[in-house]
Amino acid sequence: MTIKVFIPQDSSAISVGANQVAAKLSEQTGIDLIRNGSRGLFWLEPMIEIETDAGRVAYGPVTVNDIEPLLEQGLLAGEQRHPLCLGLTEEIPFLKNQQRLTFERAGVIDPASLDDYKAHSGYQGLERALTMSSQACVDEVKGSGLRGRGGAAFPTGIKWQTVHDVPGEKKYIVCNADEGDSGTFADRLQMEADPFGLIEGMTIAAIAVGADQGYIYLREEYPHAHAMLNNAIDSAIAANLLGENILDSGKTFNLEVRLGAKSYICGEETALLESLEGKRGVVRAKPPLPAIEGLFGKPTVVNNVLSLSTIPTIFAKGAEYYASFGMGRSRGTMPFQLAGNLKQTGLVELAFGITLNGLLNDFGGGSATDKPLRAVQCGGPLGTYLPESQWGIQMDYEALAGIGGVLGHGGVVAFDTSVDMSEQASFSMEFCAEESCGKCTPCRVGAIRGVETIEKVRNDDDRDANLVLLNSLCNTMESGSLCAMGGMTPFPVKSALEHFSEDFYQPAGSTKSGEQS
Amino acid sequence: MIANTKHQTVLSAIEANQHLEGAMLPILHQIQHDLGHIPSEHVIDIAQALNVSRAEVHGVISFYHSFTTSPKGKHVIEVCRAESCQAKGGRAIEAAVKAKLGIDFEQTTDDGEITLEPVYCLGNCGCSPAVKINSDVYGRVTTDSVENLIDGLLTGQH
Ligand SMILES: Cc1cc2nc3c(=O)[nH]c(=O)nc-3n(C[C@H](O)[C@H](O)[C@H](O)COP(=O)(O)O)c2cc1C
Ligand code: SF4
Repeated sequence: MTIKVFIPQDSSAISVGANQVAAKLSEQTGIDLIRNGSRGLFWLEPMIEIETDAGRVAYGPVTVNDIEPLLEQGLLAGEQRHPLCLGLTEEIPFLKNQQRLTFERAGVIDPASLDDYKAHSGYQGLERALTMSSQACVDEVKGSGLRGRGGAAFPTGIKWQTVHDVPGEKKYIVCNADEGDSGTFADRLQMEADPFGLIEGMTIAAIAVGADQGYIYLREEYPHAHAMLNNAIDSAIAANLLGENILDSGKTFNLEVRLGAKSYICGEETALLESLEGKRGVVRAKPPLPAIEGLFGKPTVVNNVLSLSTIPTIFAKGAEYYASFGMGRSRGTMPFQLAGNLKQTGLVELAFGITLNGLLNDFGGGSATDKPLRAVQCGGPLGTYLPESQWGIQMDYEALAGIGGVLGHGGVVAFDTSVDMSEQASFSMEFCAEESCGKCTPCRVGAIRGVETIEKVRNDDDRDANLVLLNSLCNTMESGSLCAMGGMTPFPVKSALEHFSEDFYQPAGSTKSGEQS
Repeated sequence: MIANTKHQTVLSAIEANQHLEGAMLPILHQIQHDLGHIPSEHVIDIAQALNVSRAEVHGVISFYHSFTTSPKGKHVIEVCRAESCQAKGGRAIEAAVKAKLGIDFEQTTDDGEITLEPVYCLGNCGCSPAVKINSDVYGRVTTDSVENLIDGLLTGQH
């Protein structure tokens, strides 16, 4: 039997030495390694896996210096003597306790291999979709209950129905791969680990709504994902799974990757479309909806990477299967991303409804330092900071909205007690000032005023009056901004003020993190 | 490339991408990549090829953080300022890099070697804190490891 050894080509794994580990291992053994995607157990990267009769055995986090001792202690036979051995991969509790539907193949397959994708139920969804009417395809997505995973949680099937119903020869499928939210990495992980999943999902979307051209708008910060996607697109074209007359169905779908240019606001769908058209990424007023007048004025589906990557599973396994996961109006699974100061960081795909405490402790393993956790930001840079009293919340769209929070793209960033929440609030305003598209005054000017006002509060310069001013500034931004950039930047700021007010009353010039302010 | 003038590089970037729908960003990306900046004096060529005004091209260049009209240092160091890295000591990394280089964000060292830039999330939040040096991302960095990486850059070992 040929020995199968897996070391991820995932960019996070590479950032902690996966390429050096791979090079050392090939040099020592002469084995052709399989460069899989990551399983998303990032605290264990670089993680080596060896295939054995009982399943894959994992070792991690491995450094170059561990290779020789690992080999001496039976690495290639999957022996479990070395202290870095984690046992069978699928039995690692962090992974075993997940429900992986969207990320079913992540880390399992070779992302560069179309054959491997097909061997793991890849393209079954497209084959089924090709036997269905376009309306039946749209109905399948509606039946799954899938809601957009990019942040706004709009029902995907309803969006597709709108595009389907608009008459027109030219329609577009645009994948939002701008993944600007800090604390998130699921889109990247998915594109690097299972690029064909996204391509298949976009192809099914094209068939459902009658589009013949697709673009993946990918943030420039993701060069590895770019290479994986381009490779997968080439393979799909060669196999007649993209291009003209796909699988002899008479349908055409062409797909191209386009790079963003480091602008957070270009993740907002209308700014994204402006950017794809070659303009400044300034947000458009809605209506018209992109579904009716989108890219170059044509009907356009804009969906997040995860929404589209879930489509093949929905078509392969059926809408009911997908909808059988979740709670209330949040159907299916959510890829949560554990980041910041947790012992165990990574991707956790689970049915909606797990508590935040469950994520932080059962999966995240609690604080990575000797200080306890204090604040958790959910839903990216525009999400609220939750204090411990709120960690019992069940993670679904409605429950979080009920306490003024957001689930967004599923980012969960944990901070220990060294955090200074007045500094975090200031950062939220600074980020908005930096990334505002500039179209509306409350956002463009308000954010700059916000930074100044928080600075005064921190310096005890007319503190009480400035706190009042800050609150009214937040209200103006919330009510007077065209999009969620200006409209939601107050969320983290107000939650910091509400739940961590003591941090705004420190002596002038001091910060909890001990830095000069 | 060696015998190429800047102007020829600009013209070939236009030529290679002009046929695309929404060709502006692909053209600008290629020029930025090949020359390290987008020379203002050749913006007119882009404008003419795309049938837009020069002001419009300048407007696009100035909107995006990726595009610059003047060259950067030989090396570019980006330090992540976003929340996950903050939670893992990113502010200390930021301070250490600034102190080591003696420059602030958006500045270049006097010898033209290193440009320092902030970045808001590299999608590496599972291995925070992170920095990017030229095209390589480094995760789980410490102030010591970043200082070593910078020393490596300056002595040409990177
Ligand atoms: C400021 C801002 C930034 C956004 N950034 C992203 C992003 O990076 N990725 C994304 O998929 N959606 C982002 N969105 C949401 C998109 O506007 C849009 O709702 C989404 O692409 C629709 O796809 P979905 O329905 O599949 O989620 C952002 C929205 C706003 C207001
Ligand atoms: S809220 Fe801010 S980012 Fe959104 S449209 Fe207005 S100025 Fe642009």
